[in-house]
Amino acid sequence: MKKILSEFDQSQKELIHILHEIQKVYNYIPYEVIPEVAKKLKISESEIYGVLTFYNAFTLEPRGEHLVTICMGTACHVRGAPMILDEFQRRLGIDAGQTSEDKQFTLETVNCVGACALGPIAIIDGEYHGQMKTQEVQKLLKGIDGKDG
Amino acid sequence: MEDVYITRLEKIRADILASQKKAKTIITICGGTGCHAYGCLKVAKAFEEEIRKQSLHRQVSVRTTGCHGFCERGPIVVIQPAGIFYQRVKVPDIQEIVTETIKNKKILDRLLYVDPRTEKSIVKEKDVPFYKTQERIVFGNNGFIDPKDIRDYIALDGYKALAKVLFDMTAEEVIEEIKGSGLRGRGGAGFPTGQKWEICRKADSEVKYIICNADEGDPGAYMDRSLLEGNPHSVIEGMIIGAYAIGATEGYIYVRMEYPLAVENITLALEQAKEYGLLGSAILGSEFHFDIHVFKGAGAFVSGEETSMMASIEGRRAFPRQRPPFPAQKGLWGRPTNINNVETWANVPYIINRGSEWFSGIGTRKSKGTKIFSLVGKINNTGLVEVPMGITMREIVYDIGGGIKDSKKFKAVQTGGPSGGCLPAQLLDLPIDYESLIKAGSMMGSGGMIVMDEGNCMVDVARYFLNFTQEESCGKCVPCRVGTKQLVEILTRITQGKGEEEDIKRLERLSKTIKATSLCGLGQTAPNPVLTTLRYFRDEYEAHIKEKACPALVCKDLIVYYIEPDKCVGCLLCLKNCPVDAISGERKKVHVIDQDLCIKCGACYDICPPKVRAVSKYTGKKKDRILKKTSKRRVKR
Repeated sequence: MKKILSEFDQSQKELIHILHEIQKVYNYIPYEVIPEVAKKLKISESEIYGVLTFYNAFTLEPRGEHLVTICMGTACHVRGAPMILDEFQRRLGIDAGQTSEDKQFTLETVNCVGACALGPIAIIDGEYHGQMKTQEVQKLLKGIDGKDG
Repeated sequence: MEDVYITRLEKIRADILASQKKAKTIITICGGTGCHAYGCLKVAKAFEEEIRKQSLHRQVSVRTTGCHGFCERGPIVVIQPAGIFYQRVKVPDIQEIVTETIKNKKILDRLLYVDPRTEKSIVKEKDVPFYKTQERIVFGNNGFIDPKDIRDYIALDGYKALAKVLFDMTAEEVIEEIKGSGLRGRGGAGFPTGQKWEICRKADSEVKYIICNADEGDPGAYMDRSLLEGNPHSVIEGMIIGAYAIGATEGYIYVRMEYPLAVENITLALEQAKEYGLLGSAILGSEFHFDIHVFKGAGAFVSGEETSMMASIEGRRAFPRQRPPFPAQKGLWGRPTNINNVETWANVPYIINRGSEWFSGIGTRKSKGTKIFSLVGKINNTGLVEVPMGITMREIVYDIGGGIKDSKKFKAVQTGGPSGGCLPAQLLDLPIDYESLIKAGSMMGSGGMIVMDEGNCMVDVARYFLNFTQEESCGKCVPCRVGTKQLVEILTRITQGKGEEEDIKRLERLSKTIKATSLCGLGQTAPNPVLTTLRYFRDEYEAHIKEKACPALVCKDLIVYYIEPDKCVGCLLCLKNCPVDAISGERKKVHVIDQDLCIKCGACYDICPPKVRAVSKYTGKKKDRILKKTSKRRVKR
């Protein structure tokens, strides 16, 4: 944490950059770091809380081992993305924005990744799966479970 | 002294050109995000290995370029200088391409694009109908440039406009040139760019900023990402020219975090520009100093609004604020600030190089130049298209886009993202420019064009957009925060079959209030999807409300899936794929869906073989009859 903070200036304009860095290192923003950031930037803790809850990029909860992101852009929507999301929610037993109890999966939605030719798209751990069909959801999830043994 | 530096840039250019001449053949592979998802990096690597294996590396070079735009057919490979266009290229094809096409000059028919209308194979990129009708200026170099190598850009007259501006033009002359061109903001609202610069130029302050708005939030629009990914230096050059004209010393590029490749390429491009003395102090030896920083957004749609964006760069929540004062007077940290969109900046070097008269010769009376649209949705040729302003929707959808997928019937085009509207078939011949789209109830927006067919429900689409704006509303002003929420609730209940007769009037009244009283562009345009669908597709709303039917067979609560007994061949496919075991039956016997268990996921509908097509969707009275029939059967059982 000290190392992260040492790379930035003492100014509020660094706040979002710092939060990006913390999210990258910890995979979420632990509550405990807020006072440290506040001290460094000489701004209030509530200001930091306000900013980090405003933006979708930051989470206060740890994410699961695997990140499943469903594109909900318009092009994906008209090609049936809501059905794909429903199926992921059903199979994983969680709603979008939640993490499964065993901390294996986090399910998120994104407004558009701009790969509209491939819609509907599911992105699993950075890998794009295009032209998704509901019956493929289970296969995909099984493949990931399998990798873990 | 000045001449020395111009010659220095020219010398760099000459050296680069000389070194590039050695390779006779260039294999270009599209490296946009779309092709990435198709696996273009593996294809590029395989080409490099194969070229080395066959000892062709002296004559042939491999280049991963920016986006070619024809995302439908990725990964795309174009062999230059012949311009041979191969599509859907996979790793196993590589060896044959190198042996046959590169060495033996033979064309591989199976990799060519086939025009579905004439059924003829097309060899050259420029002859593919998708490209033929386009006028690719801003996008023109995307397919030739390796965005990770500044030398490719310089070789194609890159930074020539900058040198011209720095040594041959005054700031006022630059502004006059841009004003004369008629260039208007490509981010949506269409404010004249030259005028915007002039206001900021005249503002009295020692420190001024410029910002490149690359927070391309409209779902279904990705031209800005493609430019940043594919030709980042054209944006940087445009920004430096703008900074010179305005008198700015610092610039920011605000990029969406959802575009990792764009962030990577633009960051690298800035470093390279600094190395070549094109950014920083004494640019190209002139007295002009200017620097650019990249700001990675954090996932908030409202940051695309200019006052929100400035708040975000300052490290605060992206709340918009009242205007005036306009950013040109009081912007970033209270200093005069000029914000333009990516595509706007990218147009600037071309205008400087070729002159305002050339630019204003393209387009309509009030909308000049070209516009890049992203043509997506239920269209055969998904991709990015650059066309002159004034082209009709029909030309875009049918001539370039190749018509609707699966020969279905066209229903609407949605333009302008969540701020825009849905335009129906009777407006297909509308010439597209800023004014015509506003008149039709939509707007240009950043240029997303989402095509919808008969299988899309317009009430559902309106609900989708309002759900989007409701979630992305920052919550600062009441009309937007509460109003969009109310709109979503009304629309949701209509799609659930719980709509009331009064709802249409409620929607209209509330929409008008939100438009008139919201603080920023987000709220002021958020009701547009509702208003346009009510204007052009009112009958669909009425069907949902009065008949409790969804004519497009989309809204889950208003449809049933039904297996036609006379068509079902009893293949067990749907039965096995039903995730909730709602289908019963035996091999070679008709299958039946238990309507109480069915979750309407559509798996059976998708999987039933096209030859059989036994699964149907029904709505309205027919749906009620089926529900009645199946429940009777259950009683009997």
